Amino acid sequence: MSMPIDHVMALSAVLFIIGAAGVLLRRNTIVVLMSVELMLNAVNITLVAASRLHLTLDGQLFVFFALTVAAAEVAVGLALVVAIFHALGRSDVDDISAMHG
Amino acid sequence: MPQSLLPLLPLVIGLPLAGVVVLVLVGGWLGGRASAWLATALVGAAFLLAAGIGREFMALEEVVAARAAAAEAAVHPAEEAASASADAPAPYDQGPRVILRLWRWMSVRLPLSALPAGTLVPVTVATGDIQPYEVITADNASVIMVDASADPAVAADLAFVWDRDALLAARLESLNAIPAGSAITSRLAPPFPAMMQAEEGAFRPVRAPSFTVDAALRLDALSLVMLLVVTGVGLLIHLYSIGYMAHDPDRRRYFAYLNLFVASMLVLVLGDNFLVLFVGWELVGACSYLLIGFWHADPANAAAGKKAFVVNRVGDLAFLVALMLIWTTYGSLAFGDVLPNAALAGGAAAVAIPALLLVGATGKSAQLPLHVWLPDAMAGPTPVSALIHAATMVTAGIYLIARVHPLFEQAPAVMAAVAIVGAATALMAALIALTQVDIKRVLAYSTISQLGYMFLAMGAGAYAAGIFHLVTHAFFKALLFLGAGSLMHAMEHGFQHAHAPAGGDAAAVPAAQDMRQMGGLLQRAPITGWTFVVGGLALAGLFPLSGFFSKDAILHHVLAKGGAFWTALFAIALFTAFLTACYAGRQLLLVLWGAPRSAGAEHAAESPAIMTVPLVLLALLAATAGLPAIAGLLDTALATVLTPHHVEGPSALLVAVIASAATLAGLGLAFAIYAAGRIDPARIAAAMPEGQRWAAAGFHVDALYGALFVRPFVRASSWLWRTADDRAIDGAVNAFGRGAVALGQASRRWQTGQVRRYALSMLVGAAAVVTILALR
Repeated sequence: MSMPIDHVMALSAVLFIIGAAGVLLRRNTIVVLMSVELMLNAVNITLVAASRLHLTLDGQLFVFFALTVAAAEVAVGLALVVAIFHALGRSDVDDISAMHG
Repeated sequence: MPQSLLPLLPLVIGLPLAGVVVLVLVGGWLGGRASAWLATALVGAAFLLAAGIGREFMALEEVVAARAAAAEAAVHPAEEAASASADAPAPYDQGPRVILRLWRWMSVRLPLSALPAGTLVPVTVATGDIQPYEVITADNASVIMVDASADPAVAADLAFVWDRDALLAARLESLNAIPAGSAITSRLAPPFPAMMQAEEGAFRPVRAPSFTVDAALRLDALSLVMLLVVTGVGLLIHLYSIGYMAHDPDRRRYFAYLNLFVASMLVLVLGDNFLVLFVGWELVGACSYLLIGFWHADPANAAAGKKAFVVNRVGDLAFLVALMLIWTTYGSLAFGDVLPNAALAGGAAAVAIPALLLVGATGKSAQLPLHVWLPDAMAGPTPVSALIHAATMVTAGIYLIARVHPLFEQAPAVMAAVAIVGAATALMAALIALTQVDIKRVLAYSTISQLGYMFLAMGAGAYAAGIFHLVTHAFFKALLFLGAGSLMHAMEHGFQHAHAPAGGDAAAVPAAQDMRQMGGLLQRAPITGWTFVVGGLALAGLFPLSGFFSKDAILHHVLAKGGAFWTALFAIALFTAFLTACYAGRQLLLVLWGAPRSAGAEHAAESPAIMTVPLVLLALLAATAGLPAIAGLLDTALATVLTPHHVEGPSALLVAVIASAATLAGLGLAFAIYAAGRIDPARIAAAMPEGQRWAAAGFHVDALYGALFVRPFVRASSWLWRTADDRAIDGAVNAFGRGAVALGQASRRWQTGQVRRYALSMLVGAAAVVTILALR
């Protein structure tokens, strides 16, 4: 296939920015988690594209690791969300500011 | 059993010092009584040892010969006057002396080759006091100065003898180098190794400019007299203290301090060089502080102790400067090096050194500008006043002047100053003593006055007379103080017995000490009373008692100096003698005569034997010490150290009659006022109210010092505390703290606790890093 690599990088960048915007701008905790997942997956796309570019398997292998870490993180993150919901009755990111100075 | 007691001299100091150590370490276990008796026993042993050493010293042939020579000279004054020409000062160190060099304390040596060309090096021909434990018999020859680099013969000698250790080695090698007629004999048996006899040859030890100070003790007639006075009177006062302090819970501390004092005073009088003397000087000052402020729970007592120490310190500063001047002028601090060569000092140094030593002696002996501490020092226990402020510590100044009199003789102006200080102090203190109502204060001012007499004697060159007065004064003044303590004891007993509250001016003068509350104590406390009478009459200078002879000797010497100046001083001294008899008579009559004026006096009781026996012994001494048989012994012994003075001029008998007239007039006046009631003291007081008030207030010297020194100092201290320390320094430190806090307050606004803000920060930071990396 002769898809130019730039398109894939651009897609990945756009997805990353959308994910970052979601982390910064959305208040619902689950949506924040989804945005984090989006960022991670955008990076995964970059990795696969790079691997395709350099014709090695390293990138694709790294994706495995990244996906595993993402899964573990989601598990922990959702447990945290459940705990926060139990404590506060809502899952609003701005409510967790007890550590303010 | 050693064949000779002389090498045991350090033990005289060591015994009381051991007492201090024992009392401090195990005194708590021993208990009060045992501690007191132990301390007394140690001082008693020291006294016996001192007596034995003294007896042996006086029996030495050389001493006997020197005394005979002095007696000879006294009989043939013309010869002596011819040999001692007007220019040459009297030769010092004529007599035998024992020098014990304990250890080399400090030593800084300069090699002879380092001397620049033209340096004059003192060369002494014949022997000097080099060997330890040696009795010197030959007198030192005159000192000649040679240019070390110019004279090749001297330079050759210098090459191998230049310090004392090399000196010894050289002597062992070249015994034939000793000049004929000089003999170095060591009379002490083994184990002291330096036993040498040398008969002839020429030998020249050289003293290079190095600083060597040995911890050395010197025993000669002067220090022997002081040694016996200190240990003897000290022993009697220890005995008395056992009774006086019997009910004091702090007895152990008291006796430890007392022993420490005796040891310190002995270091002072036995020292062979200025540094050892200064160590003793400072130590007695420290002991004085400790003992005056003994009952320190009362802040007034502690303040009195502090005052004594601070005023003494002023004198000590002058002493220290004099010490440094002596070293730079003479190159050594040892008496044997400095005093025979006193004439070598230059113009300014020759005046400055004795002047500074005079200031030092003034501080220690409570003379005119620096006398303010002595009356306040009566805050201490009475035996302390007897020991320190009558018999021993205050006499240190007199001893100093007597010891270094060759230095004083270099500056006649300073001698005159000494005499003026003495006479002025004597007069002023006698006037103040007339107005005091506290029995101890009268005696304090009396002490100041009598010390003024001794200073007058020293200024007139009558050193032996001054020392004689020192000895007799030690006896009768200690007697008076101890008697006063005994009377105070009797009064307190009387107040307790009568269950009467102590009335009177309790705030200013405690009733037990107030002479206005006493009276008629002679019948109630006879032993104390009669010994007090003996002491008082000796102070006044009544005929057969010791005070008469010593005061008379001083008056005679002062008058015999001739000229308007000395005659004026004689007149002042005579008037002061009259005043002395007045206040002594006044005190005796107020305390012992008539009817008791308070319940305490009425029920007074005699003190226990342990207090009265020392009183009786002191009374015997005060009564007999002046008799020619005993005084003559003192005189001829001292003549070996202090140049005997031959007085021309008015006969001794005339002066004795005049002095006795003054004494009897004073006693008669006191009798007329206080016993016979012929003259009313209130009328005399009314005649000069200003004078009476001024005298009673000590001529406001204390107030003057307060205004001049104390208050400005306190104000400056207070300013330094409040402004410089509290506001400036603490303020700066606190400002640092506040700055740190402010910084933290500024930084904490970053911590909002909002996760999104933190995430934004992370993003921004990551973007920045990537940008920087990409732009490289």
